[in-house]
Amino acid sequence: MTPPIKRPSRSPGVVSNMSDHKEYELRLYIAGTTPKSVLAMKNLQRYCDEYLEGRYSIEIIDLLTKPQLALGDQILAVPTLVRRMPVPIRRIIGDLSNEERVLIGLDLRERP
Amino acid sequence: MQTKPSRQVLSNLPKAPTGIDGLDEITNGGLPLGRPTLVAGNAGCGKTLLAMEFLVKGITEHDEPGVFISFEESPADLAQNVASLGYDLNKFIKNKQLLIDQVAVERSEIEEAGSYDLEGLFIRLGHSIDSIGAKRIVLDTMETLFSGFNNQATLRAELRRLFQWLKQRGMTAIITGERGDTSLTRQGLEEYVSDCVILLDHRVEEQISTRRLRVVKYRGSVHGTNEYPFLIDEDGITVMPVTSLNLNHSVSSQRISTGIDQLDVMLGGGLYKGSSVLVSGAAGTGKTNIAGYLVDTACRAGSKSLYVAFEESPEQIIRNLSSIGVNLGAHAKSGRLQFRAVRSASEGLEMHLASLYNVVKQFQPEVVVIDPITTLVGSSNPRDVQNMLSRMMDMLKSERITCLLTSLTRPGKSLGQTENIVSSFADTWLQVRGTEFNGERNRLIYVLKSRGTAHSNQVREFIISERGIQLVNVYLGAEGMLTGSARVAAEAHQKSSELLRQTKLDGRRQQLLQEQLALKTQLQTLTTELELQEQAIRLHDSIEKERAKYDAADKAAIKVARGSK
Repeated sequence: MTPPIKRPSRSPGVVSNMSDHKEYELRLYIAGTTPKSVLAMKNLQRYCDEYLEGRYSIEIIDLLTKPQLALGDQILAVPTLVRRMPVPIRRIIGDLSNEERVLIGLDLRERP
Repeated sequence: MQTKPSRQVLSNLPKAPTGIDGLDEITNGGLPLGRPTLVAGNAGCGKTLLAMEFLVKGITEHDEPGVFISFEESPADLAQNVASLGYDLNKFIKNKQLLIDQVAVERSEIEEAGSYDLEGLFIRLGHSIDSIGAKRIVLDTMETLFSGFNNQATLRAELRRLFQWLKQRGMTAIITGERGDTSLTRQGLEEYVSDCVILLDHRVEEQISTRRLRVVKYRGSVHGTNEYPFLIDEDGITVMPVTSLNLNHSVSSQRISTGIDQLDVMLGGGLYKGSSVLVSGAAGTGKTNIAGYLVDTACRAGSKSLYVAFEESPEQIIRNLSSIGVNLGAHAKSGRLQFRAVRSASEGLEMHLASLYNVVKQFQPEVVVIDPITTLVGSSNPRDVQNMLSRMMDMLKSERITCLLTSLTRPGKSLGQTENIVSSFADTWLQVRGTEFNGERNRLIYVLKSRGTAHSNQVREFIISERGIQLVNVYLGAEGMLTGSARVAAEAHQKSSELLRQTKLDGRRQQLLQEQLALKTQLQTLTTELELQEQAIRLHDSIEKERAKYDAADKAAIKVARGSK
């Protein structure tokens, strides 16, 4: 069962997974629907399906509609993926096209 | 910001006053309005403070809210750092006039996986600006971003976009940057901010540190190009510019008294208000006393005076002057007189100037005494001294402050280096000189120059006693110029010989009078004799007449008797 990612344009900042307390709590910050953000969402979905099936939740936050979160969550670059759980918090920036780096960032792969 | 149709000349770039003392003078009105300004400098040279003061003054003086984006310090730290300057940031924050956003950039936490941009930062800035309607923004220190992101190409492109974006939003911005080894800033921020670049510097020369500021570039505006010293004290930043690049002080023809009547007479009626007086002389010639008199007189007249003492403590000056009957203590108590006693070596030349400037701005005295100027400029090189003095005089003149500088002449030298420099700036130059003659030392005072007054060319003897200062005419006689006891002796001698002569003259007159009296008596006798003589003659004449009459009658009678005819 793959949880669908909702488009921010339709329903921004909505938790995509219905069930609570997943092992991996992920947040993706984007700024509107740009090629980069679309690519990032696509990539993220792909990695989750492949490596974290059933163990994750994804929240998409569009900073254009919730600019105050850019402040609270210390976001500079977009897209930014934040692994809120498990601790420690990890940040990965970019359109997530570099799979190797994303997996390292999420601690799913040993650092070289 | 440039939307207003300009009634002014096109070349008049709109400016946002910083409110920082002196900086607005150098930049001819402030930073470019609606444009970014780069402030570069080494660590600890005051970049953050300058930026913060720019925001605070914007709030307090121009009612322009401001955003401070801090890439380094936390809002709490910032608030604490500037609390010493009397800025209550929390109050501004509560009133929605100020917003501090700390942007934490920590390289170690971030993994880069693919292309990105800094839209998040833009959104943050935009949100902060909009939430309080900010007109001013500070980005301190942007270069931290370079350590947070690997992709330099992206970063630089985004920075370029950021500055464009700030301009479009019409934000008057200060971007701070660390000084680089070969370039103005380590990351070459000057490449992006091309409108105005200000460089701060902090140097230590001969163990004395001096902060300096220079406007490296200001597109489309006239600006001072020199390095100007600046001071950070409890009132914030003060930049010490040459207050006026041209000499156009308004001058006063009003005179103020020096407190020494005879000296006022020598100066043709006192000092011009707002003029500068140099009193030079060797040690112990009474320079401080003259200064004390001036201050005392000004305070009595209700004016405020500032006494900058570099060699003596205020207590010492008050005590010493009270011995000649000048009570400065009372003026100090009433608040009309302020002392500023510092060791001249405690700060650099420029810092003295800057702190003097601050005190003057605050206290607004009408009379300033600097006693002595010599120690201040003693060790520095003449050009610096000249530079500083001209600035100081300019500053004091533009504020219409009468200033008195004392200068210590070293024995054996006719003119000190200081005097040569100072004298050209001073409007009036009094010289107090000691003379050794007849086993005593006396003081002479004369006016070397006094611009615009019919001043005396006379040398006067300058007497300091418990009754105060007195100027007396020197004795000019056959023996030459005499002072002190020699003058007194000569004067006494002159007096006694005068008396003698007078006595002699009186005697002669008496004698003459007596002779005159004798002659008069003689004359009286002769007159009486003459009168008697005249009477005798008259008697004789009348007898003769009578006789003739009788003779005629007799002859007729005889004729009749003879019966002749």
